[in-house]
Amino acid sequence: MNEPMITTSGHRALQIEQPLIFELDTGGSTAVDLPDPPKVRMRLGNLRNDKAIGLPGLSEPEVVRHYTRLSQKNYSIDTGFYPLGSCTMKHNPRLNEKMARLPGFADIHPFQPQSTAQGAYELMDTLAHWLKTLTGMPAVAMSPAAGAHGELCGLMCIRSAHDANGQGSRKLVLVPESAHGTNPATAALCGYRVESIPANAAGRVDVAALKAKLGPEVAAVMITNPNTCGLFETECIEIAKAVHAAGAYFYMDGANFNALVGRVRIADLGVDAMHINLHKTFSTPHGGGGPGAGPTVLSAALAAFVPVPFVVHDTKGYGVVEHAGHGAAKQSFGRMKGFQGQFGVFVRALSYILAMGVDGLKQASGDAVLNANYLRAKLSAELTPAFDGICMHEVVFDDGFLKNTGVSTLDVAKALIDEGFHPMTMYFPLVVHGALLMEPTETESKATLDQFIASMLALARRAKQGDQAEWFKAAPRLAPRRRLDETQAARKPVLRWKPSEATQAAAARQAAE
Amino acid sequence: MSQLRFTKDHEWIRVDGVTATVGITTYAQGQLGDIVFVEVPAKGKALKAGGEAAVVESVKAASEVYAPASGEVTEGNAALPNAPETVNKDPQGAGWFFKMALSNPAELNGLMDQAAYDSYVASLGA
Repeated sequence: MNEPMITTSGHRALQIEQPLIFELDTGGSTAVDLPDPPKVRMRLGNLRNDKAIGLPGLSEPEVVRHYTRLSQKNYSIDTGFYPLGSCTMKHNPRLNEKMARLPGFADIHPFQPQSTAQGAYELMDTLAHWLKTLTGMPAVAMSPAAGAHGELCGLMCIRSAHDANGQGSRKLVLVPESAHGTNPATAALCGYRVESIPANAAGRVDVAALKAKLGPEVAAVMITNPNTCGLFETECIEIAKAVHAAGAYFYMDGANFNALVGRVRIADLGVDAMHINLHKTFSTPHGGGGPGAGPTVLSAALAAFVPVPFVVHDTKGYGVVEHAGHGAAKQSFGRMKGFQGQFGVFVRALSYILAMGVDGLKQASGDAVLNANYLRAKLSAELTPAFDGICMHEVVFDDGFLKNTGVSTLDVAKALIDEGFHPMTMYFPLVVHGALLMEPTETESKATLDQFIASMLALARRAKQGDQAEWFKAAPRLAPRRRLDETQAARKPVLRWKPSEATQAAAARQAAE
Repeated sequence: MSQLRFTKDHEWIRVDGVTATVGITTYAQGQLGDIVFVEVPAKGKALKAGGEAAVVESVKAASEVYAPASGEVTEGNAALPNAPETVNKDPQGAGWFFKMALSNPAELNGLMDQAAYDSYVASLGA
């Protein structure tokens, strides 16, 4: 393939090479016509600026072009296929956005009198109702701001329950290798010691190893289901029984609830606490596009410890319990977030749930699994699946198909950028060698999946031809930037822009005048 | 005379009397790829065999380095945090992580010698 053409402008067709806004400074341009400031006596003494503060001066069209061009460099689910495993990058329905922009929702403030926010409380209560209904769990904490925050909420409830039962000496949390990495981090943050449970050859929790570690020291077991290998943890009920018999609680990481909605009632698995990533399962923007939200459903054993604030209602309307220690919040562990939670995300998630209906939600989780298995079946022609049998909402391949080719998982990912696809997740989960983790989600059409499959198979075949390592190492060729030096970026990051010496000298002269 | 032993988690330990030097193996650094961050334990830290002792992070993954044996840290390699690439260049020499005083040298009997480790790595097939 020919090397890309070098242009005089540095632009590549309509991909515009855009400097930093500070480098675009034209020295004195402005978008606003302000009257000259009145002459006043300087009263700042030694605190007066000794040089210009260095804000760039640009005209309005220059500023508009700058930010528009930057926005065009974004890759998003609105741009194209985004099979990043473990992230659930699915379509965010526009209806959700329309609802979130209704003035009554968009302009609300947490300090408003409760009598003026009844509709917002009803919305939160209705969303809570559906989260409880979909999981079969009796209670939910709405305020956690993201998935890991929800994990923390669940573990704080568990810690409070142990303390209330005189079991505060339990200091150990068991986390399998197939769990999300945030799980051990959450347990450690909560003051627990963490021990790892190995995965078995089928990529699932080794139940015998787990049982061997259960004892009077164990506070909780945290299991991600479906796990990070995209596999359903088939022994959950047996695990729950053993965990409860040992006096511990069963936390389930529900980040992958997208694969289960409408099909598995979480309460039936014996779960005590599980967070739900509204931003994944219920289609609200995320990954730089919006905040997360991690409501955490709780079993009857943990419900009393739910954090404040929470919405309550009686025949007269809705209210908010703000303080722990008495009334409905007598045993609440306290407050973990300033206000009610991510209200804008609640609006979008409820809009999604009501628009989809129970039948739609059930079809969505089924299609998520179907699409992942379509990739697994088709790509297995050239790639090596890490595990036998069907997967859930995501599929993981190992780098066995690249053996002795000199091509790495990273090289394949970079070549995929040239093909016009966001790469899959690489080198995660750690239990799979050179992992390629793909999550197509339910919102992709068969036509899109077929395009992606054709590109992946072509790359795999090319790698296997032999003598293609150099070709792969040179990818991406067509992206705005060629292969970036990730190693140098991590070892010697440049975190701050500094003006050139000429610019600094000019600024000093300007200030002196 | 020093003896060199290996763990299944790919740490090496070189023992001279009751003091020992610990690092990660050539195979381990190759699997990790370019190493970008290293955290070594402080002098005086008590280590338990198999317990977490140090952290190593590459462009691919972050991993724990486990203590091959129990004892107390006598020195962390202060040069590594500013030059993590040393672990890639010379993993079993200048890229050592920490030195320790062994509290139970008999634990070393449970570790692999060079020949056993080599065949262990060969069995991993990567």
